[in-house]
Order: sequence, then structure tokens, then C-alpha cells
Amino acid sequence: MQKLVLTEEQQMLRDAAHSLFQEQGPVSQLRKLRDEKDELGYAPSFWNQAVELGLAGTLIPESHGGSSFGHVGMGQVMEEGGRTLTASPLFATGVLGASALMLAGSDQQQERLSDMAAGSHFTALAIDESGRHAPSRVATRAEAKGDGYTLNGHKTYVVDGHIAHTLIVSARTGGGDCDQKGISLFLVGPKAAGVTVTRTTMADGRNAAMVDLKDVTVDADALLGKAGEGHATLQSVLDIGNAHLAAELLGIASEALDRTVVYMQERKQFGVRIGSFQALQHRVAHLWSDLELLKSCVLKALMALDADDDDASALASLAKAKASKVAELATNEGVQLHGGMGMTDEYDIGLYLKRARPVQLLLGDQRYHADRYATLRGF
Amino acid sequence: MTDLDSFREQTRAWLKENCPQSMRSPFRSDKDVCWGGRKWTFQSEDQGLWLERMADKRWTAPDWPTEYGGGGLSREEHKILLEEMARIQARPPLNSFGVWMIGPALLKFGSEALKQQHLPPIVRGEIRWCQGYSEPGAGSDLAGLQTRAEDKGDHFIANGQKIWTSYADKSDWMFALVRTNPDVKKQEGISLVLFDMETPGVSTRPIKLISGQSPFCETFLDDVRVEKDQTVGEVDKGWGIAKYLLTHERSTIGNMGSTAAGQKTLPQHAVEALGLEDGKLANAMLRAEIADWAVEAQAYELTAERVRDQARAEQGVGNTSAMLKYAGTELNKRRHELMIALYGSDAMIWEGEGWSEQALPQQWARSKGNSIEGGTSEIQLSIIAKNILGMG
Repeated sequence: MQKLVLTEEQQMLRDAAHSLFQEQGPVSQLRKLRDEKDELGYAPSFWNQAVELGLAGTLIPESHGGSSFGHVGMGQVMEEGGRTLTASPLFATGVLGASALMLAGSDQQQERLSDMAAGSHFTALAIDESGRHAPSRVATRAEAKGDGYTLNGHKTYVVDGHIAHTLIVSARTGGGDCDQKGISLFLVGPKAAGVTVTRTTMADGRNAAMVDLKDVTVDADALLGKAGEGHATLQSVLDIGNAHLAAELLGIASEALDRTVVYMQERKQFGVRIGSFQALQHRVAHLWSDLELLKSCVLKALMALDADDDDASALASLAKAKASKVAELATNEGVQLHGGMGMTDEYDIGLYLKRARPVQLLLGDQRYHADRYATLRGF
Repeated sequence: MTDLDSFREQTRAWLKENCPQSMRSPFRSDKDVCWGGRKWTFQSEDQGLWLERMADKRWTAPDWPTEYGGGGLSREEHKILLEEMARIQARPPLNSFGVWMIGPALLKFGSEALKQQHLPPIVRGEIRWCQGYSEPGAGSDLAGLQTRAEDKGDHFIANGQKIWTSYADKSDWMFALVRTNPDVKKQEGISLVLFDMETPGVSTRPIKLISGQSPFCETFLDDVRVEKDQTVGEVDKGWGIAKYLLTHERSTIGNMGSTAAGQKTLPQHAVEALGLEDGKLANAMLRAEIADWAVEAQAYELTAERVRDQARAEQGVGNTSAMLKYAGTELNKRRHELMIALYGSDAMIWEGEGWSEQALPQQWARSKGNSIEGGTSEIQLSIIAKNILGMG
């Protein structure tokens, strides 16, 4: 059995990502993007450096300009980015888009991968249709028409939808509204006639677009994988996505704890540092324990994805369920233990709180994944 | 074939030949566990045979050096032995505080003479050990212990009382922390000493627990003669060894968070007790709680595995035993609460008509001690806060 430790190469990537995020994508960058209501929603200065380091192509094969470094490596990058709350196309394009195209794309469709690795082509996954993640609940219709399809429907919370060059859309070519069968995936250009992308502003200062599809016509070669069989591909993409979101949540929660510990060592009340109070010590010690448990889940899920393990789905849900629970606790405790300062916009701890929730909810929260984990474990 | 492959082959053949059939199933109850020692009565002929054969093979302490009666196996060979035993569900031949605790401490800190004297009988299961640590006035504040050992030249005279001594009434020897110097900082006047429980002045009294069982005793020391050469390490330097042993103990107790091989898991119990509807447990509230528990349980198992792997790769995070003890015991307590929720009032029948061998109410009551013995959950959290997070 593979050991639950990082290889030297993975550790090196982690160190490199750490420096990059700390120096080129600090929390102040997200704050600025938020305050200035930035059009792009990410800093090109950061993105260019990340691309130069090869991060955009971490999962992409060398034949398409990537490094094929694998999920454990990419997970380290996601975790480090969670620590600095850095906004970038890394997740929507480098993780979700790259995985979807690699799993189901035709040779022609996979040509996009080179531009994605080069950081110049962005993708966005448009699958959900309401506030809560439900990938099988697809009311969007794709009707066969001539050589192609006509799409009608409404997609919600499409991360990076406003900058994407390719939307990956789930739509029904058969089956009822909640059936797994009959779901198909399409590659849709956001500029196509009938596509309306409306950017939202979320609690974390980032975006998630609403995408309206009205009589959008696409060619037959827009179909990603086989008609009606998109569900399996989608589930694999979602497993990958959730393992990486769990890694990001690990970074967010770890940083929230670290900052809280520093604050408790500085802040004085009653003439002593508040970190000397046992009632408070035990709360952060519990959190530290929880983070150790989470680390193991995230690493195991990432390794299972790299090994194409049969248990990867259950392990991805395990990681996301645990990560969501720990991140919720870590950010709530973080604000509480910062006292009045925790309520101010000036202190960064609130940004961690407001980033953690959207990440928890994205692609399924703790309840969704604990339920899925139980189902996969036979109960 | 590599050396390890042939070791596996030989081990498999030897176990097939030597492990009695009745020893190839998980323990059904505490009664099936073999602890050895002078006072031990074997529960069956096979139990005795199995211990004898494994002890002859020196596989009751597989990784101890051969010069002290151990099996001398490398880490890889030891792992193979455990895997091969698990494969046929072979029971551990011997449960032993000697093998788990005082043995490793002697190997690390003991004099050559002490190792020669004490280790071989431990391997053979001839001497059963108990641990004299806690006192009525020294629980969480262990270093405040008051049992006094007065220097009488070549020996000490010990007076005091120990409490929570596991199986003291069934043990042959005790390793105990005693105060050899009352005039210095409390951690600096403690020694770790060994004595025979048959020494005049030693008496024990079992403590009945809320579970109805009496695994623990009070031990009274009344002018007990302890030879000075039975001190582990230097006189007054016992606290460091005690802490080493506590770390050891924490990982043993923390392991109770895992489900032992062969035992039914909580979800398996739930499927039996509640049944499935459309592939899901038929009680939505319980299912949610059990799913949450199962996530935590696997997180714990993976963390125990990661800590082991990191230690081997020398990427140790250090000081993880407090975390594993805390997480593992809290998990175990919750498992017992959920077991009761699953079986309802059936799980509250204490004895007589309707009581089952599973002893659910007794096990539930006993599990409350997990987060108290070996350092309370609160002590573990304080250790994490101070040693890892640097909060004073």
C-alpha cells in the first residue's frame, strides 16, 4: 500500500507554490480585487507567474504542454492557495476543465488543453440549476436538431463563467428531471447566440455566474463524450473537484487556526495573554486535532485519484465532508477567538470565514457528501 | 524469491501447522484474552498450547532483540508476521503490559542486569506486570505523587498508596513511580522502581466500576522493601521514563477508536438493527449520525496510518500521541452511544433475561473511562496547546 507521505518532488512543488502564493497572491490581493470590483476577478500578475511555474498544467499531459504531475501535487497547490485566499482560474480551468476534457474529450476537443496549460484559455463547469448542489437534477434540455443540438435552460453558480472561453454544460438528451441516465455534456462558447452570462458577487468577493441558455444551437462535435452518458464522466470530474476543494478548505482552515493562535499569543486582557486561558487553549487544541484528521483524508483522496483506485469516489466524499465540517468550525472559532477584531472588515480572519462557506457549498457540502459516503459504503 | 517472500512463506506454513483451530477467530469476550503470569489459569488447552508455541518461537515479542529472548524480527518481518496472523484471524497469544510497556522502557533505559532478569520471563508469558502510577492525590497531576521510597543503603522502603492499577490483584510484578527525593522540584525527585507483588507489605483491593467490572485496583504499600538495583535508569530521574511510557500508553488506548479485525463495524450493526430502504438505513436521523461517525472513524484510521508512515519516513510531526488518544477515545465513546441508540432499550438490559453476550450496557459504561485513563481528554488538549501550539 502506498505510504501516506509526500514524495520529495511533491514537497518541492508545495514549497514552490507556497512562495508563489505568499509573494504574488497574498490576502491583500483578494481584498483589492473585491474593493475595486475588478472586472476579471483575478490578478493577471499572479496568474502569469503561476503559469510560468507550470501550475496551470499540473494535471495536463506533457503532450499538451502540461507536466502530468498528478492530483497529490495539484492538491498541495490548492492547499497553499487556500492559505492566501488567492483568486485565480486554477480550479475551474486547471482542475475541473482539464479533468473533463482529459476524461471524455475527443482529440479535437483536447486541443484546448495546450492553451489551458499556457494559461490563455479558461473553462467553467455549468451543471447546477439551484442553490444546492444536485448534479443529477437537470432540467436543461438539449434537443437533437439537424446535425447538432438546441439547448434551453438555466445554470447557476458557474465559477469563472464570466471569463470562460468554454462552458462545459450538462443538459438532458433523455430521461426525467432527476435521472442519472440521459444527461449529456456539451462544450458551449459563451459568445454563442442565446447564451447570457450574468456575473454575481459572492460573500467571498469572488464570482459565480448565472448562465441562461435560450435556443442555443451547437454542432454535434460540441458533445463531450457520448450522448446520454455524461453522468459517469461528470461524477469523476466532481470527485476530482471535491478532493481539490477539500485541499483548499484544509489550507483555509489551517491558516484560520494559525492566525488565531498568533492573535491569542499577542492579545492581552486581565493583564495576561488570552492564550494562557485554558478554556480557550482547549478550543484551539481541538481544532488542531481536527486538522490532523482532515490532512489524512485529503492526502488519501488525492492519492486514490492518482492511483485510479475504485474507492476514490468514497474517499473524495470523505475528504469533502470532513473538510467542510472542519473549515466551518475553524472559521467560526477564528472569528469568535478574535473577539471584536473578528467582526471587523479590517482583520483578515473574516475573509476566511466568508471564503470557507462558498467552497463548502460548491459541489456539495458536508451533508451532501456524508450522505454520499454512507451510500457508497452500503448504508 | 526475496528473503521477505520466503519469510512470509515459512511464517504462513508455521502458523498453519501450529495455530490451534480454536485460536483462529476474534475474541468473543474478555474471557478469551490470555494475560499469562503465575496466577493465570488457561481458559482452554488450546489457549495454553498457542501461548507456549508462540513463546517458544519468541513471537510474543517479535521485534525484541534475541539476546533478551525476543524474536529479533526486522520491522518488515514483524509486519509480515502480523499480516499472516490477521489472514487466518489468529488471536494474539498474549496480552501483556510487560510486552507493551515496561519491556520497551527496559530496552531503552534499563541496565543490562535488569534486561537479562526481566525480559525473557515477559516473552514467555510467565510474569504478568502492572503499572503503579496514579495515586488518590495524583491523577491528572501525576508528578505530584506522594508514595515515598526512603533510601536504606542497598534498598528503599516504600510507603504509600497507588490507585487505578490495572489488574494489580492478578499481576506478579509492579513497575511503580515513587518519590525518592521530596526536597526538589516535584518532577526531579521521582524514580521508576520494580518489585514483586508478593513482597511483604503489598496488598491490593479491586475497585468496582460503573460497568460492574473490576479491572482496576487500589494497591497499598506498607514498608515494602524495594532493592535499589531494581531502579530503571537513575534514581530521581524517573519522570522522563514515565513520560515515555505515558506516550506509549496513550497510543494503546487511542487505538480503541478503531474497530478490531473481525468485529462488526457500527454501520454493519446499523444495517442489521434498522434494515435498509432503497439502500439507505431506514432511520434518517440515525443514518445521518452514523454517517458522520463513519467519516470521523475513517479519518482517525487514516491519521493513525499517516502518523506511522511519517515516522518511518522520518517526516514525523511529533507529539501526535496526545491527538490520537484524544480523538480515538472520544470516537469510541460516541460509537457506544450510537450502539445504544441502535438497539434501544434492549441495550440497557444489565443482566439476566434478555442480556446478550455482547454486553452492550457494560461496554458502554466502560467506554466512559477511555477519555479518563491514561490522561484525560482535557490533559491531552492541554498537552497539544502547550507543546504544539506554544500557548503557555
